[in-house]
Amino acid sequence: MNIHEYQAKEILSSYGIPIPRGRVALTSDQVERAAKMMGGRCVVKAQIYAGGRGKAGGVKLIHHPEEAQEYGKELFGRSLVTKQTGPQGLKVRRILVEEAVEIAREFYLSITLDRESSRYILIASAEGGMDIEEVATKSPEKILTLTINPFTGLRPYQARKIALALGLTGTICEDCVELILNLYCACQEKDCALIEINPLVVTKAGWLMAMDAKITFDDNAVYRHREYPDMVDYSQLDPLEITASKYDLAYIKLSGTIGCLVNGAGLAMATLDVLKEFGGEPANFLDVGGGATREKVAEAFRIILQDCDVKGIFVNIFGGIMRCDVIAQGIIEAAGAVGCTLPIVVRMDGSHVEEGKKLLQESGLNVQIGKNLGDGAARIVQMLGGK
Amino acid sequence: MSILVDKKSRIVVQGITGRSGLFHTKQCREYGTSIVAGVTPGKGGIHIEGIPVFNTVAEAVKYTEANVSMIFVPPPGAADAIMEAIDANLALAVCITEGIPIRDMVPVKAVLQGSKTRLIGPNCPGIITPGECKIGIMPGHIHTKGKIGVVSRSGTLTYEAVKQLTDLGLGQSTGVGIGGDPIIGMNFIDVLTLFNQDPDTEGVFMIGEIGGGAEEAAAEWIKKNMTKPVAAFIAGVTAPPGKRMGHAGAIITGGKGRAADKIRTLQECGVVVATSPTRMGEAMLEALKKAGRPIPKITAKPAAKKVKK
Repeated sequence: MNIHEYQAKEILSSYGIPIPRGRVALTSDQVERAAKMMGGRCVVKAQIYAGGRGKAGGVKLIHHPEEAQEYGKELFGRSLVTKQTGPQGLKVRRILVEEAVEIAREFYLSITLDRESSRYILIASAEGGMDIEEVATKSPEKILTLTINPFTGLRPYQARKIALALGLTGTICEDCVELILNLYCACQEKDCALIEINPLVVTKAGWLMAMDAKITFDDNAVYRHREYPDMVDYSQLDPLEITASKYDLAYIKLSGTIGCLVNGAGLAMATLDVLKEFGGEPANFLDVGGGATREKVAEAFRIILQDCDVKGIFVNIFGGIMRCDVIAQGIIEAAGAVGCTLPIVVRMDGSHVEEGKKLLQESGLNVQIGKNLGDGAARIVQMLGGK
Repeated sequence: MSILVDKKSRIVVQGITGRSGLFHTKQCREYGTSIVAGVTPGKGGIHIEGIPVFNTVAEAVKYTEANVSMIFVPPPGAADAIMEAIDANLALAVCITEGIPIRDMVPVKAVLQGSKTRLIGPNCPGIITPGECKIGIMPGHIHTKGKIGVVSRSGTLTYEAVKQLTDLGLGQSTGVGIGGDPIIGMNFIDVLTLFNQDPDTEGVFMIGEIGGGAEEAAAEWIKKNMTKPVAAFIAGVTAPPGKRMGHAGAIITGGKGRAADKIRTLQECGVVVATSPTRMGEAMLEALKKAGRPIPKITAKPAAKKVKK
C-alpha cells in the first residue's frame, strides 16, 4: 500500500525526524496562501503515487505567491506522466507547498526487506537525490548496506558506522545516528515494506532534514493499523482496482481487449502470457484467489464487464477441489444480470466439470468451452477475429 | 521413495477447528494422509472428526508422535504457530496461511536457521507424495505416482503443470509448493538438493515467476550440482513492471526480477525452459530425452480413486 510524500513525512516527523515546514493544498488558491505563509520563496510538489516527479515537471522552486498559484492551476489540471506511471500518467489532486531550504549535501537512506537474507536491510549512499537504481548499477561501491538482526535490532554503533561512512562528523554525525535509529523504529512499528528518505540533506545552516520521503506499507500488515485505510488517496487508483480490492480480488488494468478471470496469481500470469502468444491482448490481470468461490467469480465477472475496453472474456479456473458447476452458476448469474452478449470462453478443471459445462452451454450466453489452456486461449482470440 | 513426506508421516493440524483447517483436514485424510492430531489453543480435550485436539503442539507430539505439522492458523497467529512447531522439534512444518506480515516472518526465518525443522510456505499449496500423503490444499486426483519431482512458487499453475505431466504419462515422486511470499522456508535450492539425492526421482520440473532472484540462484546451483535433468517454466513474461501480480513476491522492481532474465539464466545453466504454459509437460519430456533418461511411465492408477473409503 502506497501513501503520499506528505503523509510519509508526517510519519517521519512523528518519529522525531526533521522535515521542512509545509502545507498540503487542494486548490490553487490554497497553494498561493501556503506560498505566502512560507514567505514567498517555496517548493511546490505534486503529490502522486509515483516517483520521477522532478523530471516530469511536477516539482518547482517558486519565488512569488502568484507564481505558485499559476503553477498550482497548471498542475491540478493535468496528469503527470513519469517513468513510473505508465503512459496515462496520474492526476494531481493534492499539492505539497514547502519552505525552500538551502542544501549543502545530499544523501540516500532507506530500510527495506532483503529477500535473499530474509532480513531488513539499511541502504545508504552519499550520492543522494539521484535515481538510486542508477547509482547501484553504475557505481555499486557507492552504496552502503547493513543487514539488521531481528533479535538485536539496529544498534547505535551500526548506525554510527553508516553515518561516518557517509562522511559525517561531530554533532551532525550523532544527529544522523539518532535519525537512523528512529527510521528503523518507524519501519518496524508502522510495518513498512519500504521506508526511504531521498534526499536526506545537510542544510547550509547545518541541520539534517528529510527533503523527500517514500513509504510503502506491507499490505499483509494493514489489518493491524486501523488508520491506514483512511490514508489511501483513491484518486490515484483505478476505480475498478478499488472495487476489486473491496472483494479481496487482485485486479490490474492492462491495455488490451480480452478480459481475464483466473484463480491463482501464477496461473493468471501464465494466462496473460499464453493469450499474447496466440496474438491476443489481455485487458486485465485478475486473480480471484486459489480457491475461487461462486460469489468471488460473480463479482470478478461484474468488474470485468465494467471495463469498456473488454470485447471478450476468457475464464480459466483450475479448481481441483471446488465444484465447477457452482463456478458456472456464478458466471451465468453475473453475465445474465447485465445481459452480457460478449463472447466468452470458459476453461475449467476440477470436480463436476461436465455438469458445469452443461450449465454454461444451456445458459444462452455466447460461450464456448476450452478443452485446455491452449485451446481456450486460441478460441477467445479467434472469436475476437484475431489470428 | 519420495522426499520429505510419505505414508509414514504423522500429521498434526494447527488451526484444525477453523473452517478451512477442518475442510482440508478432511480432504487430506480422504486422500490417505495420516492425520493424528489437531491443535487449537483453548480447545484441548475435544475430538473433531474423530481427531484428538490439543492445546499445544508439544502435547500433541507427546501423545500422538506427530512429526509433521500442517498450519491453517489465520495471519495474526500464524508466525507464532510456526515457531511453536519449530520449538516442538517437528521435522517439517507446512504453512498454508496467506497474508502473514513481513515483520512477523523475519524472526521466524531467523529461528528456523539452526533448528531441526524445515518449513514449507507460507502462502503455498503444500506438499504431496502421490498415493501416500497429501499435506495441503492441492487437488489430489490430478497427481499420479511416478518419478518427476515438482517444485513451484505458484499454486494453481502447479496444478496445471502436474496435469500436463500426468497426461503425458509422467507421474510425480513428490510435489512441493514453496509459496509466493518474499520470505519463505525452503527455497528452490533446498528442494532441488533433496530431489537430487532421492533415488526415485528421475527429473525435476520447476515453476517460477517474476520477482526476486530465487530462480537465478537455483539455475546457478543446478549448473554446479544437479545430476538429473531439469525443466522449468517462468510465469509473467508479459507482466508490466511496478505492478504486483497477486503474490506478494511477484513484482518487477527496478528492472530486477524480469521473466526474460530468469529464462536466459536457466537456459544458460542447462535447464529446458517451456516457452509457453501450454508446453510444460513437453518441456519435461524434452529434458529427459536430452539427458538420455528413460521416459518414466505411470506406475500406479490415479490415487484419488484408489483410496476411496
